[in-house]
Amino acid sequence: MKIAVLVKQVPDTATRIALAADGASIQTSGIKWVLNPYDEFAIEEALKLRDAHTGEVVLVSFGPDRVEETIRQGLAMGADRAIWVKEEPSGSAEMDYLGRAQVLVAALAQEAEWDLVLVGKQAVDDDAAQTGPLVAALLNWPQAMVVLGLEVDARARRLKVIRELEGATERVELPMPAVLGAQRGLNVPRYPTLPNIMKAKRKEVRQVALADLGLDAASLADDRRVVVEGYQLPPPRPEPKVLTGDPAEAAAELVQLLHREAQIL
Amino acid sequence: MPKPGDYYDVEALYLPEERQVRDVVRRFVADRVLPNAGRWWQEGTFPMELVPEMARLGCFGPTLPEQYGGAELSPVAYGLMMQELEYGDSGLRSFASVQSSLAMYAIYRWGSEEQRRQWLPRMAAGEVIGCFGLTEPDAGSDPGGMQTRAVRTAEGGWRITGAKRWITNGSVAQVAVVWAKTSGEPADAIRGFVVPTDAPGFSTAMIKTKASMRMSVTSELFLDQVEVPEAARLPGARGLSGPLSCLTQARYGIAWGTIGAARACLDEALAYTGTRMAFGRPIAATQLVQERLVGMVSRLGAMQLTAHRLGQLHQVGALSHQQVSLAKRDHARAALDIAREARELLGGNGITTDYGPMRHAANLETVDTYEGTYEVHTLAVGRDITGHNAF
Repeated sequence: MKIAVLVKQVPDTATRIALAADGASIQTSGIKWVLNPYDEFAIEEALKLRDAHTGEVVLVSFGPDRVEETIRQGLAMGADRAIWVKEEPSGSAEMDYLGRAQVLVAALAQEAEWDLVLVGKQAVDDDAAQTGPLVAALLNWPQAMVVLGLEVDARARRLKVIRELEGATERVELPMPAVLGAQRGLNVPRYPTLPNIMKAKRKEVRQVALADLGLDAASLADDRRVVVEGYQLPPPRPEPKVLTGDPAEAAAELVQLLHREAQIL
Repeated sequence: MPKPGDYYDVEALYLPEERQVRDVVRRFVADRVLPNAGRWWQEGTFPMELVPEMARLGCFGPTLPEQYGGAELSPVAYGLMMQELEYGDSGLRSFASVQSSLAMYAIYRWGSEEQRRQWLPRMAAGEVIGCFGLTEPDAGSDPGGMQTRAVRTAEGGWRITGAKRWITNGSVAQVAVVWAKTSGEPADAIRGFVVPTDAPGFSTAMIKTKASMRMSVTSELFLDQVEVPEAARLPGARGLSGPLSCLTQARYGIAWGTIGAARACLDEALAYTGTRMAFGRPIAATQLVQERLVGMVSRLGAMQLTAHRLGQLHQVGALSHQQVSLAKRDHARAALDIAREARELLGGNGITTDYGPMRHAANLETVDTYEGTYEVHTLAVGRDITGHNAF
C-alpha cells in the first residue's frame, strides 16, 4: 500500500497564545511547535497498515522552514520519506483552507498510485477540520472523518471504518482510494525510538516550491473565500468569591448565590 | 520570555534531532516514571519492567555504532537523554549510565570484535544487564589499591578472587566487567575481565540499608576462585587507564544527568511557592523565597551552558578527563544544593516522597560521592593546573 499522511505543524497545546498587533494573527515568537497530535494517530495507523500489507508511508506537509523538524519527527516514528511544499515567509499566510488544500492535492498529484490519504481529523491550532474533507473533494475520493477503527481489505480494495458520533459510533464502508481523518483512540502512537530519530536524518525529504506545482501564493490568496477578520482571547476569569465567617451563614449565602448568580439552583 | 528551567535558552543550541531525543525521553519519564517514582524509591526497588521499555526506546549504549545495537547519538543527545532520565530519578539514570557508559563502553572500547558481538547487541536490547566492578570495600578513591587478583590457570585461563562493593546493578546483572590485578608489572598489572555472573564462585549481596539512591540496586560482588577463559579478558585494557576511560564516559553523563534532577527540583519549588499561601500571599511573593529561587535558576543555567560546551568538546574529541572531572564535581554539588533549597522551600511537605526534592537530595548525596568524590575531582583538576600531584 502506498499511503500519504498529511501532517501539520501546530503550536504546542501548552502554549500561551498572544495576539499580534493586527489582531488577526497570533504572535509566533517563542512558540514551541509540534506535530499536530491528531496527525500522530494518522501516522501510527499508516505505519501499522504498511507493516501489515507492505508498501510505504509518505508524509506530505506545507509550511515554512520550521516544519522540517516536525516532518523529521514523523519520519522518526517510522514513515519512509516526505514531500515538503516549502512555504515562503511572506504571502501564503493569506490563503484559506481551500487554498492550502489545493497545495496539498497538487503535491499528491506529483506521484501516482496512492491507496490511501490519512490526515488528523483536525489540527489543534485553528480547529477548522477542513483539510481532510477538502482534499477528498478535490481528489474526488470518498472520505470518512473522525475515524476510530479501520479494517482494510487490500484485495477487494474496500475499507471498513468505524466513525465516532456524539454518543454513538457509525460503521461505514468505502472503496479505496479514500481520505480518512484519524480521531484520538484509533490507536496508541508509538514513541520515536532514539535509533529511529537518528535514522530519520538520512531519510528523503523532497522539497517542492509552489512554482513547481504550478501554483503561486498570491493568486491562491486572492482567490480565498474565507478571510480571518480577527481573533479574540477568551475573557479573563472573574475573581473568585470567597465566603468567610459563620459556616451556617456562609452556606445560606452560597445557596443564594448559586440560585441568583450562577442560576444553577 | 525566558523559561525558568532554561533561562539562557540553551536549547536553541541543540540540533533538531537532539531536541527530539530529549523530548522523547522526557515524555517516557513523564508517562512511565514520575507517577511511581516516589513509591519505587520508598519500597527500595528498581522497576525492572522499565528495562525492556528503555531498551526499545534505545537508552542502552545509544552512542555506539548501529551494528552493536546503538543509535549513534551525538554526545549532546546522549547527555540530554541522561538529563531527562535523571529528571525522573538518579537511580534510573544510574541504571542507564552503568549499562551504557561503564559495562557496554568497556566492552566496546577494550573488547575484541568477538566480545563486542557476543555481548553488546543483547545488552542494547536489555536482555543482558551489565555491571562494572572496580571499587572495593577498601579501595574507593584509590582504585590502584585493589585487592582482587587474577592468576593464570594451567589451562591458560584466569582464576579471579576478590570482593567488589558499591556496584550498581550488581545483583540483577548477567555479566560483570571485573577489574583485577595480575602478577605482571605493577604499572600495567590491572586487567579487565568479562565475567558471566552465573560462573561458579560468583555471588552477590544487595546493600539494603541505603538512605539514598533507593530506586537503584547497589551490591557487593564476591569472586571466589572464579575461572574464566583467556577469551574473557578485555585485550585492549592495560593498567588503570582501562577502567578510568570508562569512568570519564560515565562522569560526562553525570554532568548532564544532574541538570535533570536540579530542574525537577526547581520546577517543584516554583510550582509550590507560587501557590503556597502564607500571611495572605503566595510565598513566592516574598523576597527571601525569590532570592533562593533565583539562586537555583542561576546555577542551573550555568550547568546547562557548561554541559553543552562539554558536548561540543566531546564531539570533536577534544574533551579532557580533567574537564569532565570539574563538571562532574560542580554539577553534582550544585544539583545537591538546589535539591536541598527546594526541600526547604517545600516546608514540611518537602520531607515526604509525595514531592521530589527530598528524594532527589538524598540521591544526590550518592551522586556527589560516586564516580569520584568532590575531593578526588578537586585534586585531579588541581594536579592539572599546578603540575603538582597532591593525592
